[in-house]
Amino acid sequence: MTSSGERVELAHGAGGRVMADLIDRTFKRAFANDLLARGEDQAVFTPPPGRLAMTTDGFVVSPLFFPGGDIGSLAVYGTVNDLAVGGARPLHVSAGFILEEGFPLADLERLVASMAAAANEAGVGIVTGDTKVVERGKGDGVFITTTGLGVVPDVVRLGIERIEPGDAVVVSGTLGDHGVAIMSKRSGLAFTTEIRSDSAPLHGLVAAMLDAAPNIRCMRDPTRGGLAATLNEITAQRRLGVVLEENGMPIRPEVRGACELLGLDPLYVANEGKLVAFCPDDDADRLVQVMRAHPQGVDAARIGTVSDDPAGLVELVTSFGGRRVVDWLAGEQLPRIC
Amino acid sequence: MKYIDEFRDGRLAKSVRAQIEAEADPTRRYRLMEFCGGHTHAIFRYGVQDLLPANVEMVHGPGCPVCVLPMGRLDMAIDLAMRPEVILCSYGDMLRVPGSRRRSLFKAKAEGADVRMVYSAADALALAKDNPDREVVFFAIGFETTTPPTAVALRHAIDRGLTNFSVFCNHVLTPAAITNILESPDVRDIGAVGIDGFLGPAHVSLVIGSQPYEFFAAEYRKPVVIAGFEPLDVLQSILMLVRQLNDGRAEVENQYTRAVTRFGNAKAKGLVAELFELRRLFEWRGLGPIPYSALRIKDAYAAFDAEVKFQPEYRTARENRECKCPQILRGAAKPLDCKLFGNVCTPESPIGSCMVSAEGACAAYYAYRRHETARRSA
Amino acid sequence: MCLAVPARVTRIIDDETCVVDLGGIQKEVSTALVDDVAVDEYLVIHVGFALGRIDAAEAEQTLALLELQAEARDELTEVGA
Repeated sequence: MTSSGERVELAHGAGGRVMADLIDRTFKRAFANDLLARGEDQAVFTPPPGRLAMTTDGFVVSPLFFPGGDIGSLAVYGTVNDLAVGGARPLHVSAGFILEEGFPLADLERLVASMAAAANEAGVGIVTGDTKVVERGKGDGVFITTTGLGVVPDVVRLGIERIEPGDAVVVSGTLGDHGVAIMSKRSGLAFTTEIRSDSAPLHGLVAAMLDAAPNIRCMRDPTRGGLAATLNEITAQRRLGVVLEENGMPIRPEVRGACELLGLDPLYVANEGKLVAFCPDDDADRLVQVMRAHPQGVDAARIGTVSDDPAGLVELVTSFGGRRVVDWLAGEQLPRIC
Repeated sequence: MKYIDEFRDGRLAKSVRAQIEAEADPTRRYRLMEFCGGHTHAIFRYGVQDLLPANVEMVHGPGCPVCVLPMGRLDMAIDLAMRPEVILCSYGDMLRVPGSRRRSLFKAKAEGADVRMVYSAADALALAKDNPDREVVFFAIGFETTTPPTAVALRHAIDRGLTNFSVFCNHVLTPAAITNILESPDVRDIGAVGIDGFLGPAHVSLVIGSQPYEFFAAEYRKPVVIAGFEPLDVLQSILMLVRQLNDGRAEVENQYTRAVTRFGNAKAKGLVAELFELRRLFEWRGLGPIPYSALRIKDAYAAFDAEVKFQPEYRTARENRECKCPQILRGAAKPLDCKLFGNVCTPESPIGSCMVSAEGACAAYYAYRRHETARRSA
Repeated sequence: MCLAVPARVTRIIDDETCVVDLGGIQKEVSTALVDDVAVDEYLVIHVGFALGRIDAAEAEQTLALLELQAEARDELTEVGA
């Protein structure tokens, strides 16, 4: 273990012995797998049968540690989920770290341990990686980029081109938990809540869903911009509409409370362990049941229906009885006073 | 959530809706202005308009402090933020709003200005304590609701001699704006689009009470119903206005009795009167200069007034001539009447004041009612 | 304008500060603008300041009136059917 008080120095990224030590002591030990242990500049492996899926994501989050997770586990789950919602079984992940000079090594070790545990849970290896150090003031502690490789069985065909009017829209659980957990720790907003980030791997849930309802049209994970952004992306591309029902939308009271206080809309708040699926109307009830039986889908619910609206709008039937458009967000959602 | 969920109950809404339908006289129009952006927001967010008969029309008023702040004042805030010694604290609402040459506080931040988003005036005060070698300027905007919190922060700074804290005061007054609308020729002239009654502000009235509106009812013969911000409050208040108009009454009624009294919050009013005084003239974006419609910090506390301390220069900014915001803010036009709406002028790149905040009439139309416009053109 | 929400007082910290609860989240707010705050009452919170309080009896009365209207209407509908 690193003695307390040690910090990242420029030498940790300079390519000398100090860097080699850091990689051996911290990364290799935690991520321990055969491909990484070979110590080559690349991981070499034979892919299993099926089509390969590849995705990449950069992670910048403040604070780095938050209720229910940290940037390390988030960097693994985020990439695993991008693979999973395409129907892929995740295989391997790469990780690139940009560390800021002065970042406590003890914190780095915590993050790395958390990444290793997350990779373990997701059944993937972190098989190759990179570390760079930037001068103090030029980073925000640590930035992580992960790339994931997965394999999609030949029988699985998911894609937004398969969505039809009349299809059901299903979410895997409560909306906005991650965003509210993060906000609760931001200076200036600080409030106390039991809410934890929903950051979690979804590949197991996806496998169970595809088993139960092979006709699922497509899936997405509604991260940044929340459910609203994800649905607007899809409806705009397909020139189809979605009509959501506010009644029955799974949202925790704490998330509603935080949103009331800050003037935010939970439909636009980020999730990190949720997916939205489109499936034929007939399959919806069975799918929701199967999802609810899985630990990552306990609060799954059908929230809406695809319409043939040529304008490609997402609409919401309010619990009050009216109707409104759920539009794209104009920029980042900011707390407001009016 | 108590006192929130009950007032969003769809079942109760149905009965109020039926009552409005039964009582609204089909041979006449009811043009009701909701002064407040808060009501505009509730109306659009919950789809209240869908529950009203066609002859009960909501006209959206100027009660959004972000919308009515003239670009020249925002430019002053940006100038203040660009000073190297200054930390400018702003509510989230103002950060994206474009000033002259499409510059915003966010853009100033990208250029190196130290702009911080705060949730409360108290946060700005705390920043001043933590940064004794910097000048913390609080960009204060808002109506009578938001002024007392600014006053509390100012009082603390004065009492503790916190000399690196100052307020850029842009607080404005509701009754002055209502008078301006009622006095404007397009509202007074017979035959022009008129306003039959007002939904009165909820939280402004929490502070100032219902008494200040009595003048409008008496002098201009317009009924006023002070309405809570939940959708059921809004619907119930609309019913109360319909009843007043049917009876030929013009009174101030209070639907939001659970929070609003006739004289409001004496402590809050007292503190504001102690520290602030009326400005002789203040420009409102879209409405123009309105006499005695805003507050400034009293001379005795000039050391805490950012306008005195840093002397930012006010330049009148030119608005787009095609923009119909001045008429929209007075209820003389609707967002869809404007040529710029939805094509040149959008929430991503707003031209007029009604598009700059989510509470503005145009932004609300764009965000929540676009299914109507989109289908109309499809 | 003026986003404000009713929230229940859970703890009084000092003359000018208390903690309120809204849907299970807790936030410290200023009570500099209201007098004699009591635990369990509902305050109206705007930008981190309590601006006033909810009069529970008045709230009940408003709701009771709405309920009465709804019931009268339900009865009418039944008679009509």
